[in-house]
Amino acid sequence: MVRWLTLCLLVILALMPVSASAHKPSDSYLSLEVSGERIEGQWDIALRDLEFAIGLDGNGDGAISWTELQARHTAISAYALARLRVSAGAADCALTPGEQLVDTHSDGVYAVLRFAASCAAPAQSIEVDYSLFFDLDPQHRGLLQLTAGGQTQTVIFAPAAATQSLELGQVDLLRQGLEFAVNGVWHIWIGFDHVLFLLTLLLPAVFLRRARTWEPVGDFRAAFGQVLKIVTAFTLAHSITLTLAALGAIDLPTRLVESVIAASVVIAALNNIYPVVTRRLWLVAFAFGLVHGLGFASVLVDLGLPPGALVLALLSFNVGVEVGQLAIVAAFLPLAYLARDWRFYPRGGLQVGSALVVVVASVWLFERALNVALPVL
Amino acid sequence: MTNCKNDTFPPTPFRRGAFTLRRPIIKPVRRIFISALVAAAVLNPTAAAAEPFRPTSGDQILERLPKAGDAATRELRHLRAKLNETPNDLELARTLAKRYIGLGRAEADPRYYGYAEAALKPWVNLAAPPVEVRVLRAVLKQNRHDFDGALDDLAQTLAAKPKHAQALLTQAFVLQVQGRYADARRSCRALPRGVHPLIVVTCVARIESLTGRSDTGYGLLKRGLANWTDADRGLRLWAFTNLGEIAQRRGDVIAAERHFRDGLDLGRRDAYLRGAYADLLLDSGRAQEARDFLADDTRIDGLLLRLTLAEARLGDPAAQDHRALLEARFAASRARGSVIHRREEARFTLEILERPAAALALAEANWQAQREPADVRLVLAAALAAGVPDRAQPALDWLRKTGLRDRQIDRLTARLEGEAS
Repeated sequence: MVRWLTLCLLVILALMPVSASAHKPSDSYLSLEVSGERIEGQWDIALRDLEFAIGLDGNGDGAISWTELQARHTAISAYALARLRVSAGAADCALTPGEQLVDTHSDGVYAVLRFAASCAAPAQSIEVDYSLFFDLDPQHRGLLQLTAGGQTQTVIFAPAAATQSLELGQVDLLRQGLEFAVNGVWHIWIGFDHVLFLLTLLLPAVFLRRARTWEPVGDFRAAFGQVLKIVTAFTLAHSITLTLAALGAIDLPTRLVESVIAASVVIAALNNIYPVVTRRLWLVAFAFGLVHGLGFASVLVDLGLPPGALVLALLSFNVGVEVGQLAIVAAFLPLAYLARDWRFYPRGGLQVGSALVVVVASVWLFERALNVALPVL
Repeated sequence: MTNCKNDTFPPTPFRRGAFTLRRPIIKPVRRIFISALVAAAVLNPTAAAAEPFRPTSGDQILERLPKAGDAATRELRHLRAKLNETPNDLELARTLAKRYIGLGRAEADPRYYGYAEAALKPWVNLAAPPVEVRVLRAVLKQNRHDFDGALDDLAQTLAAKPKHAQALLTQAFVLQVQGRYADARRSCRALPRGVHPLIVVTCVARIESLTGRSDTGYGLLKRGLANWTDADRGLRLWAFTNLGEIAQRRGDVIAAERHFRDGLDLGRRDAYLRGAYADLLLDSGRAQEARDFLADDTRIDGLLLRLTLAEARLGDPAAQDHRALLEARFAASRARGSVIHRREEARFTLEILERPAAALALAEANWQAQREPADVRLVLAAALAAGVPDRAQPALDWLRKTGLRDRQIDRLTARLEGEAS
């Protein structure tokens, strides 16, 4: 009879349909952000799991208060960090516990343990060995989000997959390059000063200056040739200074650089109205291109140059800038070429257009040189 | 509930200082750019919106522990401590594992199944564990919807002990979930004499009701419950739950409600029964009662789903928060690579998000794994709502083959046939 009843008990629980489950199972959320040999970590661990493992409910009232949790902070970091091993290269990284907070996840409140890992060498690949709660609940999972070089990888730890290696370098090179290239394109498009400078130089490219008058060029090839020279010179110049500045070889005050950039636009526009340089416009493009390159560099530095992929980042960013530039030229040139015979082009397009540019760029120059914002723009 | 959205991961640290605003002229443009990037980070399901915080008062209660302080929990803790000292004590390990499995079922909480597995640690990963551990391992596999794995363990067990009651019963259940009714019936019938007759009757009656013989199944189980009033409360609860479901399949809502209530009146917490009763209320347009009934059941996803449905029907603003909470839980479940929420997620997508095309895809994937009436019903309803009745054809063919009759399913079938003609 006794045997009968125990059999019943087990039998019933096995048979009852279970598909109506469930709570969320036990998970922890680990995030690691790698920068060189330093790794910033954050680990969200469910209070319920910590209670089961090491006990949090000091007064045994079935509720965990902030005071009770605080009293266990040392125990929590000791328990958790003893169950995490991060290594870069062959050596383990030292884990140092930091601040502890709390956070609400969809299934309850989690302790948030911040920590730092310092490794002997900059990490190219890291190995993470995770064993939290696996002895207590083999269905527990550790969900890692690893960020390095702007790229994020996710990994799930389980008892059968407790140790995992993550490559930081190779995998993300392509993506990283693309990211910098996109930033380059984006920067030229929203960098109105660069665009305006280029367009100002290109405005007279469909003419030849002869005897103090503008004569339309004969064919598209001639126009294209002039444009090509200008764009190439600009590109070459700003690539040189961009590289030098990004590598730290030149370091000029941003305010000065930005002001000179604005001035370059003013000068280029004035040159269209009162032509001084008419033959070798590419020289102007080159000279001021050097300054514009310094402007690009400040963006690149702001983006954060990945130490492992410096050349790639520089190259990709440059390529991006070029692509963005070429798109602008490709849109401008056919229009200007078609309009070159138009009677009003020299006066309406070139003169008035350039005059407008002078006004806009002068405002920039004023703002940047004096570090003020004018309400007009 | 703003803290609960997208919190699969703590916030992705956004590249700091990436976009220093330096030149006034392009500020607005950059601002748009930054907003777009931030939006992208937030929309990324593994990124997050929640921000860790420091509670302002020490008295602030952060978490209430389920089942804390009751006698059973204390006893389990005691058993666990004992097992820690003698981890190779098979008898003790089995006892503890069974207790945890029971708790896991009552609370629909997978953590307890994990604790059960941990108790069986010295044996649970062996290629050929002791028979008693193997059966428990099958139960655990079934609970995480590894049905084939469970059947494999059960077959091995039965090869060694053909009359193993637990193995036969678990096997009958898993086969039933997979819709293999003939095999399931054989498994029920093979149950040995020592087993309580109400178990055999419930096992058989359930299969009868799923193969077009609801009347037979209903009569059988009703008589069984009347005959064996001495049965253990847990067993009676399970039998009442099945009886209620069979009555519902037959379209007798009044009887179904009475049986569910009989089960609830036994005073044992049972997440499955609560869900079944809530469904009955929802199906009968009694959303208000459903909401009151489930008011405290927000921890269990399946019950929270029904609560949210009730709230949505009543125009209760709480539905918004609960909906976000469910979305976050499903996202978290996907992030860990779990599949056990497929049925709930399909229903959620269909009835709460009202995205029938997506719901249909989920329902179809779920139907590949589970074929209980609720799973078939989801495929049919989603195919109807999505306006692609053809996609219901495999399910309709299967219904015809098995002879499954269910009032709710029959209604959907009739509508699908109406659309076809």
